[in-house]
Amino acid sequence: MLSNLLVQLINGIALGSTYALIALGYTMVYGIILLINFAHGEIFMAGAFVGLMLVTVFKVHIIFAFLGAMLFCMIMGVIIEKIAYKPLRRSTRLAALISAIGVSIFLSNLANLVFGAKPTTFPPTEEILFKIQTYELIAGAQITNLQILTIVTSAVLMVCLQYFIKKSRIGKAMRATSQDYDTAALMGVNVNRIISYTFAIGSSLAAAGGVLVGIYFGVVKYNMGFMVGLKAFTAAVLGGIGSIPGAMFGGLLLGIGEMLAVALGLSSYRDAIAFGILILVLLIKPTGLFGTQIQKKV
Amino acid sequence: MLVVENVDVNYGAIRALVDVSLEVHEGEIVALIGANGAGKSTTLRSISGLVKPNKGRILFEGSELQKCPPHKVVEMGISQVPEGRRVFPLMTVLENLEMGAFTRKDRANIKDDIDKVFAKFPRLEERKKQPAGTLSGGEQQMLAIGRALMSKPKIMLMDEPSMGLAPMLVQEIFNIVKEINQSGTTILLVEQNARMALAVANRGYVLETGQVVISGAAADLAKNEAVQKAYLGV
Repeated sequence: MLSNLLVQLINGIALGSTYALIALGYTMVYGIILLINFAHGEIFMAGAFVGLMLVTVFKVHIIFAFLGAMLFCMIMGVIIEKIAYKPLRRSTRLAALISAIGVSIFLSNLANLVFGAKPTTFPPTEEILFKIQTYELIAGAQITNLQILTIVTSAVLMVCLQYFIKKSRIGKAMRATSQDYDTAALMGVNVNRIISYTFAIGSSLAAAGGVLVGIYFGVVKYNMGFMVGLKAFTAAVLGGIGSIPGAMFGGLLLGIGEMLAVALGLSSYRDAIAFGILILVLLIKPTGLFGTQIQKKV
Repeated sequence: MLVVENVDVNYGAIRALVDVSLEVHEGEIVALIGANGAGKSTTLRSISGLVKPNKGRILFEGSELQKCPPHKVVEMGISQVPEGRRVFPLMTVLENLEMGAFTRKDRANIKDDIDKVFAKFPRLEERKKQPAGTLSGGEQQMLAIGRALMSKPKIMLMDEPSMGLAPMLVQEIFNIVKEINQSGTTILLVEQNARMALAVANRGYVLETGQVVISGAAADLAKNEAVQKAYLGV
């Protein structure tokens, strides 16, 4: 029982770290333009497909495929913002939200058209990466080298992001813009450019998540962005939407919660439990775990 | 230096500014006074590029501003202390000051200028690592002024710097306004506290429901019967 619990805990951390990567995009975009970017799950899906194509069709090394997918989605995210959200900047938030849902439906249908409805399999791990090995930990717990890779890659990306947001000039401008849009402009921040940066960074992290999930589960499908997107969004809300540490923590919590449900023999209810956690947190703390209400003093 | 020419601003069906013209010469303090909703803040927001005029021109040192986005306006040498201070609440005092210097190319000198702001406002130095949202109202106002100085502006637009402050602090803020002006920065000052504003200003304009109704030397405005009655409570 205990060993099973520990195994699922590690599975949960691996799954949760990919949720966290994707959740960051939701939370960063929301922090700046107060939009739930419903197309974000499809960017994740696109990242998985681009990574897969680069490996199988173009025979690129997996590391370059990973970076290529990030670059592709970076550009894709920026273009989506320019086409679908920027023209609606001055209209109601609902209009932009509907536009986001539209982009999401468009992209998943486009993927269906191009790649078909059947799941496409990733090449076996030993061909593109390494042979899966399992390491014994204490009390019967196990971890695979693939899990270590997933967790470490996510962690490295998140540490880089945190450093960028805290220390760099652009990162500071992003925080300023998310706290007070007009005043950031009065400081000389080109707000449009900051919005582009936000979409670029968020989308590339989603692409990283897409490739990692593709390798981890071995399959890629046109509608894979829907459920994962919903989960990552849940993770962002759980942590407090707009908060970057919140998204990281929310992702991990959700992944672990889901896998512990599996450990307890409730695997058919794992989605229900994931969303149940959300409802519970929101009932107790409506702003999410790390969320703060920014006072708009006038 | 700064010329606002026949500017109209509409918010939907509401006419916020109607044919407003005013001028600020280099080295001056110009006060813009008027009641709540008269269009004072809208005037500053249209100079800074946050709202686009529906008609008219805004010229700064001869170049047109009315089509410039806000960040370009800052680069030209115009900074604003916005109404209600608007410090970045979750960023530290130091980071707020760094944001003020965002457009500057001479990165090496920024640290010296931060020290100058700290010399002017020692309270800010004591709290430099604190999030700005935790400062008192007066400290936030000083931070907002310090932040606006960090871009080394030629002209500073100040929107109600004395609002919501204790009387002693109000006097201090107006002293600071004078000091900043004496060290070479032109100032366009929006105030509801007309008495204080006219006391420090060279010239003044009175706005009523989006229109300039009276203008002239500050000392004359302070003696003007209509101004006294409406704004000075005499």
